[in-house]
Amino acid sequence: MQFAISISGFVALYIFMLGAFAGWVIIGHVPAILHTPLMSGSNFVHGIVVVGGIFALLNATTSLEQGVGFVAVLLGAGNAAGGFAVTDRMLAMFKPTAHEPNHAHAHAKARHPKRDRHVA
Amino acid sequence: MLHSIPQLVIGVTDLAAAFLFMYGLQRMSSPVTASSGITVAGVGMLVAILASFLYALDVGVAARPHLMVNIGLAVVALAVGGGVSWWSGRKVAMTSMPQMVALYNGMGGGAAAAIAAVELFGNKADGATQLVVTLIGALIGAVSLSGSLVAWAKLDGVLNKPFRVRGQQVVNGLGLLATLCIGGYIVFVTLAATTPVMAMPELIYLFFGLSLVFGILLTLPIGGADMPVVISIYNAFTGLAVGLEGFVLQNPALMIAGMVVGAAGLLLTLLMAKAMNRSIANILFTNFGAVAKQKRGDIKGTLKPVEAGDAGIFMRYASSVIIVPGYGLAVAQGQQKLYEFVKLLQGAGVSVKFAVHPVAGRMPGQMDVLLAEAGVPYDLIFQLEDINDEFATTDVALVIGANDVVNPAARTEKSSPIYGMPILNADKAKKVYVVKRGEGKGYAGVVNGLFYGDNCDMVYGDAAAVLGKMVDAVRALGTKAAA
Repeated sequence: MQFAISISGFVALYIFMLGAFAGWVIIGHVPAILHTPLMSGSNFVHGIVVVGGIFALLNATTSLEQGVGFVAVLLGAGNAAGGFAVTDRMLAMFKPTAHEPNHAHAHAKARHPKRDRHVA
Repeated sequence: MLHSIPQLVIGVTDLAAAFLFMYGLQRMSSPVTASSGITVAGVGMLVAILASFLYALDVGVAARPHLMVNIGLAVVALAVGGGVSWWSGRKVAMTSMPQMVALYNGMGGGAAAAIAAVELFGNKADGATQLVVTLIGALIGAVSLSGSLVAWAKLDGVLNKPFRVRGQQVVNGLGLLATLCIGGYIVFVTLAATTPVMAMPELIYLFFGLSLVFGILLTLPIGGADMPVVISIYNAFTGLAVGLEGFVLQNPALMIAGMVVGAAGLLLTLLMAKAMNRSIANILFTNFGAVAKQKRGDIKGTLKPVEAGDAGIFMRYASSVIIVPGYGLAVAQGQQKLYEFVKLLQGAGVSVKFAVHPVAGRMPGQMDVLLAEAGVPYDLIFQLEDINDEFATTDVALVIGANDVVNPAARTEKSSPIYGMPILNADKAKKVYVVKRGEGKGYAGVVNGLFYGDNCDMVYGDAAAVLGKMVDAVRALGTKAAA
């Protein structure tokens, strides 16, 4: 059996189109209160570029390619690790509501429902 | 069969990673599940990185002699890049978050550009489509790298003045055109003369150099107040570059993750631009703040400083208070003290709400994060459109460390650089207190007419210190009343 992946022409365009649509829909419902963590979280997700960097570096044959590949992995790893660290810290700060103010607005509660205690 | 096992494992883990990224992002878009969302995405990243070392079993003949060195280099790069970023990300203050996001984003763009460079130098791009896509990804990635670095420098205060030259847009346009021409030339020569790309490394260097310079030129003229939007655009750019390089490397996980982030970043950018009532083109190409600076003489009235304690007592006897927190509050680390003051007021029967402007802080939603950090319940935090009509019927608006987002010039002053931006109507409240460090201007460098209004008093001082005095004054009052 052969598991090599080959993507060309229209297949690539389909992947791009569906990916873009998914991204648009996923972010579409985010409340303003989460804009910063989400920007940081999506910043983390494109840290996957480090995998491409590893692939390029492992296949490097000249010292120039090795040098540039090294930079690719270095920067990609920085993107992924830093993105995770700051996003995780920020989201851990969204602590649960300590008490229930009696004058709370119904729709405000709906937007920010009480969440489970989950502190990293 | 043996040969295909690494491919199978990599294929499965990458598929899982792509799923976990989308599922994680989806969880991150609701406060209930947000913090598990990043964990989910993190697991996806970890397995994908570990599995990628299986590529070592499947490298080309030419790369085999270098394999051990390459694996060593990859491990060192992962440890150093990941370690330094992890450490800085754990240590950085919440207030400096936007510039860190800019920095990490620039790294991602740089990584995508570097991958493109390896492909070009190694002449690995297969055919016209791949070559063109590699070059476009390289251009976008390099622009994202240098642009993000400029954004970081501006937010960090290394660069604090917008830098402009005459005919900036013409220069930028020519820069982009030159870069595209060189890219086109590389494609043309490679295909027509079947010259390996490697035979013209000077052109590749020139292409990357011009791309980087273009990113710098594009970002330098944009004012500091617009940086959040710029970071968001570059976040989308990096996603796009990663997706394109994913196509070149034939890696669907990179393609999907890149495109998801590209689209998400674009949507976030549009939401932010909408909050500022400006178009993306306007932000990128209009010289923000370049119009003649408003003179103090245009505004009637005087600044009326009052004691913090007096302001605190006044609010104690008000029936409703809306607090407008801004970046100055965060700089002074006054959120805890503010919430203490709020609890005192609530105890005295005052109705207290927070009004958060979409671009309060240096990044949309940053103020929500900072208030959450201090323990302020979500129920008290209101967004602009939900609360703006309430100012007119509110006794006191307490503006702390915010400036541009309450500047009435945005409503009336056509010549003002912030004209048209939706603002919080703090000036409509019966009484306005503005807590400010001094008489300085806001991030946009515009004089604020609100401060000179008849209903407005200024409380000068560090936000945390001022709030401390307010708390003390109200407490003293409480004991007296009880006695």
